[in-house]
Amino acid sequence: MYIKQLSVFVENKSGRLAEITSTIAKAGIDIRALSIADTTDFGILRLVVDKPFEAEKALKEAGLTVSLTDVIAVGIPDRPGGFAETMCKIADKDVGVEYMYAFISRDHDRAYLIMRVADNEKAIAALVAHGCEILSGDSVYKL
Amino acid sequence: MENRIFNRDMECMPRKELEALQLERLKSLVDYCEKNSKFYAERLKKAGVTADKIKCLSDIEYIPYTTKDDLRDTYPFGMLSVPKEKIVRVHASSGTTGNPTVVAYTREDLENWSEQVARLAMAAGAHEGTTVQICFGYGMFTGALGLHYGLEKIGAVVVPTSSGNTEKQLKFMRDFQTDAIVATPSYCMYLAEAARSMQDKYPMSSYNLKYGILGSEGSTPEMRTEIENHWGNGFFCTDNYGMSELNGPGMSGECMYRDGLHINEDHFYCEVIDSVSGRTLDKGSTGELVVTNLTKRGLPMIRYRTKDITNINYDACKCGRTTARMHKIIGRSDDMIKVRGVNVFPSQVESALIGINGISPNYLIVLRREGYSDSMEVRVELVDGSLLDRYGELVALQKRIHDNIKNILGIEIKVNLVEPNSIERFTGKAKRVLDLRNEK
Ligand SMILES: [Zn+2]
Repeated sequence: MYIKQLSVFVENKSGRLAEITSTIAKAGIDIRALSIADTTDFGILRLVVDKPFEAEKALKEAGLTVSLTDVIAVGIPDRPGGFAETMCKIADKDVGVEYMYAFISRDHDRAYLIMRVADNEKAIAALVAHGCEILSGDSVYKL
Repeated sequence: MENRIFNRDMECMPRKELEALQLERLKSLVDYCEKNSKFYAERLKKAGVTADKIKCLSDIEYIPYTTKDDLRDTYPFGMLSVPKEKIVRVHASSGTTGNPTVVAYTREDLENWSEQVARLAMAAGAHEGTTVQICFGYGMFTGALGLHYGLEKIGAVVVPTSSGNTEKQLKFMRDFQTDAIVATPSYCMYLAEAARSMQDKYPMSSYNLKYGILGSEGSTPEMRTEIENHWGNGFFCTDNYGMSELNGPGMSGECMYRDGLHINEDHFYCEVIDSVSGRTLDKGSTGELVVTNLTKRGLPMIRYRTKDITNINYDACKCGRTTARMHKIIGRSDDMIKVRGVNVFPSQVESALIGINGISPNYLIVLRREGYSDSMEVRVELVDGSLLDRYGELVALQKRIHDNIKNILGIEIKVNLVEPNSIERFTGKAKRVLDLRNEK
């Protein structure tokens, strides 16, 4: 039910992002989705990749600070209002969303949401109850 | 803890009388040096100072300072003011560069030293019958033997375990029901951790440890709290201060109120100076501590520059002692940097980082000039990726470090979190400051 997401610490230094992404590329790893949160001082790069454990190892070996977290991937219809509908379904269930980001799939009518919530089980229960599609790790990695 | 005072006459003397006694002792020291110390006789003559010219304590300012280099240059016995046969003990501090510094004591010097240590040991909780384990290394270092004789003087049960062999230390501690230990703060902490790791076999309640008499290296209040919590059961630590050039431990120590270290002022006259200009500062100012040992005769020490930064409070203390109290050492004059006109010591940054989880104790201060003003950046290493899940936690961590440092230094700074192990490691003395202010 969960997928593995990498969080990488990004120091406030020029070229840091290039260094991180090329480390991943050299290890033959494909990025499925990414998002970056930053201030002027530092950032955290969030990545969903096809081989999360290998990516973690490669990044660690390159001296980077990495952690793996369980997040939820939700399939939503790629049309106006699709995102809003999904959000409404979990809004009244008191599911604390820490952060989320979206990406579009190769299927032209599907979009995916990566969500990091306070309580994974509660969030999944709410989403499933409303007929949302929860993606397994393998299906996301292979997208 | 009961408030015990070893020498009420000297430690609680009205300040006027104490100052009169200091003046009398200063004059007799100068007189003694003129007659017996080749080294000081020359200096005094050059400065035009004689004992009868000294009318008040501040007249000491006419006498030049003594430095560690003077001791090195006269290695080993050039500063003795008695024939070597009159010396009953010699100690030396390890010289990392050049000659070690040698210090020597007459029988009378040793008696005075024991008296000084006895006072601070009692202020720290020891008294007749207290079992005290001395976990300082014995040898040329003054710490262990200094405490040893001072504690014997008050009638404590002295256990000279020396340093090292942790399991033995803990065994004796349990079997002898040791009440107090003499150690460096870091060794005291190490022993507590070792004791905790053996709790299955020997619960913490099998120890009777009540007091930590800590010295030889400084400790911050945060470190002290950590040590006390580790031992638990009401364990109480105090700090003491001294250096081999001034006998050894015994110059000053904390009482149960721990609001500064009481100076044995009948033996030590202290001044605080601006370490750059060498000017004596007003009472209460922060600067380099300069100490005159008023009673030492084997190897006298007049206006010794300690290079330690502190300030002195002359108000009476709740414990009843009238002796002045020096602040815990704030830093070393060698390490001082000036940022926007404010004196900053790397040790202050260090103390601000203690107790914060998620970061390593390694840090780097980077100074830059931006326009006409200095900027100070502090780089702090994360220990691992554990905080990466929640961005807010990283921001909160950065803010906490920023606020802690700003509170201590009183100037605006910038904190940058950096990768683990990305700040250069040093095997010897760490280089903590990168000053880019004069670079284009
Ligand atoms: Zn006191």
